[in-house]
Amino acid sequence: MDQKEIIRRRLKRILPTVQKPGRYFGGELNAVVKEWQSVAVHMALVFPDIYDLGLPNLGIMILYELMNQRQDVLCERAYAPWLDMEKAMRENDIPLYSLESLHPLSEFDIVGFTLPYETLYTNALNVLDLARIPLKSADRIVGHPLVIAGGHAAYNPEPMAQFIDAFVIGEGEEVLPELVDCYKTWKSSNVSREELLLKLSQIQGVYVPSLYQPAYDSAGHLTSLAPTRETVPPRILKRIAAVLPPPPTHFIVPSIGVVHNRIAIEIMRGCTRGCRFCHAGFISRPVRERTVDQIVETVEKALDATGYEEIALLSLSSSDYTHINELVSAISSRFAGKNLTISLPSLRIDSFSVDLMENLRGVRQGGFTLAPEAATDRMRSIINKPIQSSQLLETAEAIYSRGWQTIKLYFMIGHPSETLEDVAAIGDLCRAVLNVGHKVIGKRASLHVGVSTFVPKPHTPFQWVPCDDPDKVIAKQAVLWEKLKGPGIKLVWSNPKETMLEAVLTRGDRRVGDAILKAWQMGAKFDAWQDQYRYETWLKAFEQSGFDPAFYAYRERDVAELLPWDHISPGVSRHYLEREYRKSQTPETTPDCRTNCYGCGILPAFSDERRENPGDLWLCPEV
Amino acid sequence: MQRIRIHFTKGEELQFTGHLDLHKIWERTFRRAHLSLAYSQGFHPQPRIQLACALPLGFTSTAEMADVWLDNDAPLDEIAVILKSTAQPGLKIHSLESIPIYEIPLQNRVTSVIYQLDFLDPVDKNQIEEKINSLLAKDQIQRERRGKTYDLRSLVESAQLLDDADRLHIRLQLAARPGATGRPEEFLEELGIDPFSVDVQRIEIVLAPLVQKDVRA
Repeated sequence: MDQKEIIRRRLKRILPTVQKPGRYFGGELNAVVKEWQSVAVHMALVFPDIYDLGLPNLGIMILYELMNQRQDVLCERAYAPWLDMEKAMRENDIPLYSLESLHPLSEFDIVGFTLPYETLYTNALNVLDLARIPLKSADRIVGHPLVIAGGHAAYNPEPMAQFIDAFVIGEGEEVLPELVDCYKTWKSSNVSREELLLKLSQIQGVYVPSLYQPAYDSAGHLTSLAPTRETVPPRILKRIAAVLPPPPTHFIVPSIGVVHNRIAIEIMRGCTRGCRFCHAGFISRPVRERTVDQIVETVEKALDATGYEEIALLSLSSSDYTHINELVSAISSRFAGKNLTISLPSLRIDSFSVDLMENLRGVRQGGFTLAPEAATDRMRSIINKPIQSSQLLETAEAIYSRGWQTIKLYFMIGHPSETLEDVAAIGDLCRAVLNVGHKVIGKRASLHVGVSTFVPKPHTPFQWVPCDDPDKVIAKQAVLWEKLKGPGIKLVWSNPKETMLEAVLTRGDRRVGDAILKAWQMGAKFDAWQDQYRYETWLKAFEQSGFDPAFYAYRERDVAELLPWDHISPGVSRHYLEREYRKSQTPETTPDCRTNCYGCGILPAFSDERRENPGDLWLCPEV
Repeated sequence: MQRIRIHFTKGEELQFTGHLDLHKIWERTFRRAHLSLAYSQGFHPQPRIQLACALPLGFTSTAEMADVWLDNDAPLDEIAVILKSTAQPGLKIHSLESIPIYEIPLQNRVTSVIYQLDFLDPVDKNQIEEKINSLLAKDQIQRERRGKTYDLRSLVESAQLLDDADRLHIRLQLAARPGATGRPEEFLEELGIDPFSVDVQRIEIVLAPLVQKDVRA
């Protein structure tokens, strides 16, 4: 009996004993099952959290469809099992397997993680352990899979550098095919694994951390992170798709309910707004748009392939999509009367957005979500999101008066130089919004307020600023609670202890990897789950690794300091980030860059791509 | 509008898909087929789909039934061809039947269901036979389910150990009426057999015959 059959038989017995067993058995519509022997390269894509969250992940879906279009590649999926299933797997000697063919992950050639956020790091280690793949890159030999990772958190790869053989920096659609070609050539040759890693490091957008050596000064600051070989590039520029490729249409449709049961289409990538706290806004430049025709055609094909009843048109700022009116009218006329729900997140705060939503309203309606982020003009100038309070109130009035009873508002506390007065203003503004609601529709009006704590991110103008420590955060949350308690308002905030972990991991260096390993060894996993997060365990792990989390989370960096991610380039220049940082201190805003280029560095970094693709699919000027 | 009864298999791929999720699967199958399901009225319109009888998680079935209401009046054989081409893994359509729109709901006609229980491991045939016979010989078997006592014996309509084609299995007919639903795992527990050592398949849903009042004009 082969491994796969053994796994199948054991699963038959344990699955009836766990919660939601449908997570662990595959067999979904549009899952691609190829003959194992028919391909040269076997790849497993892993979202290191449970199936329910991982299945709808658009990044995985894009790469899954792309890779499976190749004749020579088979691409399957795995997710992190929930605690009950992990226990059953360990007790019954079942290694982590792929859902399509039930092959153990260790039998794949390439195991690729998506790391969209940092609190998945311990889960990634747990997945490797369950798959019986050595956790550290240095311990893997020929016969072990090549372990790669990409995603937004990979823009600071250092905390996970010990565990990942190669990082993909930038857009996977561009890099992954080349990486697979390189692997295929290596597999058919008879050379060492070191040789493979060296070859991979020659691909633009691939970072092989084992080929770089960090050095620190006596105060613990990074002084260099240099290649150990001459042929290895000192700096890794991300890869981008100059023209966005056709979006996926054959979405995997789960046979059980998951968090998002829908077709998701990116209508554009990148954002021209330049909000200074926003990681995605800086790393996903330049702004590239899809055509209305391509989007409508994709919706049509995806509906036929999936039968889904919901469509999400995704982008970082939907109202900024150049042809948004045309798109919305095309979608609503084309798909009207089919009991479809169409969602358009990330709308600007103006009445135009209300018109858009009204045109899209399907049979089911939820709340209307807006993200002012801050409530005073000073704060808004600092973060570069200059909205007028009057504009928010006018928009709220339009929303309530056109039939919505609930508005959701997102704010952040902990922005640089924020005072308790700035925080109190959030409370006052929320009250004012609800008062508008009461005037328009009476007591039915309600308000959901989400207040997260700002965590400074790499590659943003705030990469040098300290994160608020738990005492400050608790004091600010108390102000909000005082202002917002009572009927009609629901307030949700983030746990300051969880914020601490995110703040350490996101701007950590290679040494932070020791603490990740220790925390996992002491039982930390599912750190993104409030009920699973183990603060004490992490504190112990930091202590045993010999560092103070404050060094990473609460310390203001000097702009001259070498940052652990300075060798990774998202195209936006460090010089530009410094300039934006200084402007935030004045404070001075930088307008939307679609009207005037402020020289963020994208154009010089990708001038060839822009020259080869003139016209208005990019929102950058021509070169 | 027309009402159609679908006879189908819920296979291995869908054995961990629950009742509500199966509703969704049918809805999406019809959407892919471009066959428009009738929706209920009201603020949250729902497609009109009725499944005969919920199948417990982990079981497969070759004998499921669902009634659906369609907006259009396409011929049954055409609908069958399209549905078969859009059905997903684990969903196998056997046949379609036209049903009068106002006939009583399918689930109200279910009286009992028949399961086939296959042993995953080798077992002693005589021993099992004896256990079944002694269970059937009892007048009453008091058990507890969620804090309530019930009589298992009255829910077991028949149980036979069969040995066709060298595959030893139990054919078990359990009541499936409102407030009186037998469960294969409770029967197995009563026999002293680990429910997880048996593969359970539903092979028939028994419907009560239609009487005059069930069919409104």
